Amino acid sequence: MRNQANTSNTRRSLLVFVMMSLFAVPAMGDELLIRITKGADSAIPVSVVPFSESGQMPSGDKISRIIQNDLEMSGEFDPLPPEQMLSLPSKGSDVFFRDWRLLGQRYVLVGQVSNAGGKLEAQYELYDVSQEKRLVGATASAPVSASRTLAHHISDRVYEAITGVQGAFSTKLAYVTLERRADGPLYRLQVSDVDGKRARIRLESDEPILSPAWSPDAKKLAYVSFETGKPAVYVHELSSGERKRVADFQGLNSAPAWSDDGRSLLMTLSKDGNAEIYRMNLASGDLKRLTNHWSIDTEPSYDHTGEGFFFTSDRSGGPQIYHKPSEDAEPRRITFGSRYNARPRPDSSGDYVYYVHMRDRAFHIARTNLETGDETILTRTESDESPSVSPNGRMLIYATKSGGNSVLTVIAADGGAAYSLPASRGDVREPAWSPIVQ
Amino acid sequence: MKFTASQKVLALIFSFGLMAGCSSTGDTMGEDGMEGGSGSGSASGQESGSTVFGGDDGSGVSSSEMTEQERQEAEARAEAAQTEAMRDITTFYFDFDTAEIKQEARDVLIAHARFLQANPMQNVRITGHADERGTKEYNLALGERRANAVQRFLIVNGAARGQTETVSYGEESPVVMGSSESALAQNRRVELVFE
Repeated sequence: MRNQANTSNTRRSLLVFVMMSLFAVPAMGDELLIRITKGADSAIPVSVVPFSESGQMPSGDKISRIIQNDLEMSGEFDPLPPEQMLSLPSKGSDVFFRDWRLLGQRYVLVGQVSNAGGKLEAQYELYDVSQEKRLVGATASAPVSASRTLAHHISDRVYEAITGVQGAFSTKLAYVTLERRADGPLYRLQVSDVDGKRARIRLESDEPILSPAWSPDAKKLAYVSFETGKPAVYVHELSSGERKRVADFQGLNSAPAWSDDGRSLLMTLSKDGNAEIYRMNLASGDLKRLTNHWSIDTEPSYDHTGEGFFFTSDRSGGPQIYHKPSEDAEPRRITFGSRYNARPRPDSSGDYVYYVHMRDRAFHIARTNLETGDETILTRTESDESPSVSPNGRMLIYATKSGGNSVLTVIAADGGAAYSLPASRGDVREPAWSPIVQ
Repeated sequence: MKFTASQKVLALIFSFGLMAGCSSTGDTMGEDGMEGGSGSGSASGQESGSTVFGGDDGSGVSSSEMTEQERQEAEARAEAAQTEAMRDITTFYFDFDTAEIKQEARDVLIAHARFLQANPMQNVRITGHADERGTKEYNLALGERRANAVQRFLIVNGAARGQTETVSYGEESPVVMGSSESALAQNRRVELVFE
């Protein structure tokens, strides 16, 4: 049935079913596979020595293996395969720096993990090989069921000690999968770790789900669902599965984006005639209209100040990125490089804005340096959509096509290293990188 | 009314054929209108026709008037049949990133508008769609712009606002899968769903 038409689904609204996450642990989702396609040339050689283990270990990946994967995924590190190591120390006193210098390593992570009455406890130490100096020595623990959480936490500590930038391995990804079944499409909103593991289904519908957006505390998702037959904006609390339809006006209800304090959503509504951007106070439901133009204004995203916002408008004839430094300021056009630039996502430092950029009929992810105005195209793939910046500004996830399916790809924010996250079946799209939560 | 894939493809082929037919018929109709000294519409055409004949004289005229009446009736029937056939076309296509109604879609949309005007209880759902190129949210707005353009056109041509409802699916509901030019072109569309 590939290449065949989808059945027209304009009338399927009556048949919609929604699977609510009524249980504390939502249904298992489709784990995403990791395919590292390109490492950065400047990747730092680091050795994650397999941790020594005592007591019953959880099934699945070992803690040190998960850390090694995390560091490799970031593109900033080039971990040494354990089989090439000359020794396998598990504590600092057993580390012989000469061995690691011989192997050209800059950093070595060693550790031990034990199971103490259902609790995993990890002791780990990070060494700088050339300075023969311990950078980190710490203990961390977690329930056995949360071994991946423990591993990502250690990855964050290692990453920060070496780069000086907060790690983002403990964050989450939200995304939408689409499976085209014989009896129609099946959309699933899922949340997983950043390495694609521990995927959980949060919403299931045979009508489209779009534009998931994380609340600043990473406890809620706002998104667009067509489950009533037309687009409406929902806010979904992940722990309870409770959700609320917050915007269901005549016309478009779309493109939700959270304010820094989590109390408001920017969104696109067309209730007053055409697509305009509004701010909704979530407690009161009050709306303030923030754009006023006959053109399409959509895809808002707050800037790093939390006062202004970026958005897409075709007021110049085609879609371009605009910025309003405050709600009542005049919009300023940011992109000029081609006739199609859309869906801006600024980083948290205010240095860059990332967006979808058309060149020679191909759609790439590009970024503009907000100080100089310089534009750089970051991707070589050609049907790129939905860029989302990691909360530490170092990486970028976006959706692209591979072998006819939509897959997620992660790249370093400067365009370096890449890995892709295909779904086991069907499409995976609309990624949203969660904020860092303490 | 749900169409299967093959029915849709057939309808598409049929509609292209019909559209080609329409535009040539449209020209003829325009010429007739000029002869009659009035625009389109069979009722007004007949009226103006009879006024013209009233100015003529002789008994021969009455027989020719009969013939003319028959001719006009046949023409009206043909036009009605054609309008009916045109109304089989419920999908209208757009160029990339535009919401401009194409010339060849106008006569068909006018036929739909007249039908809605004549049947005030009939409602129509106007769904706007975009191809997969570009961003999903912008395409959602673009699909709405297309649906709104068709809605306005129907209203200007006789439909009541209350009979119409628009919804945009953006790029989420393609008719044809794939990224070929032809697939993209068939997905940039507005569909009328009479309910």
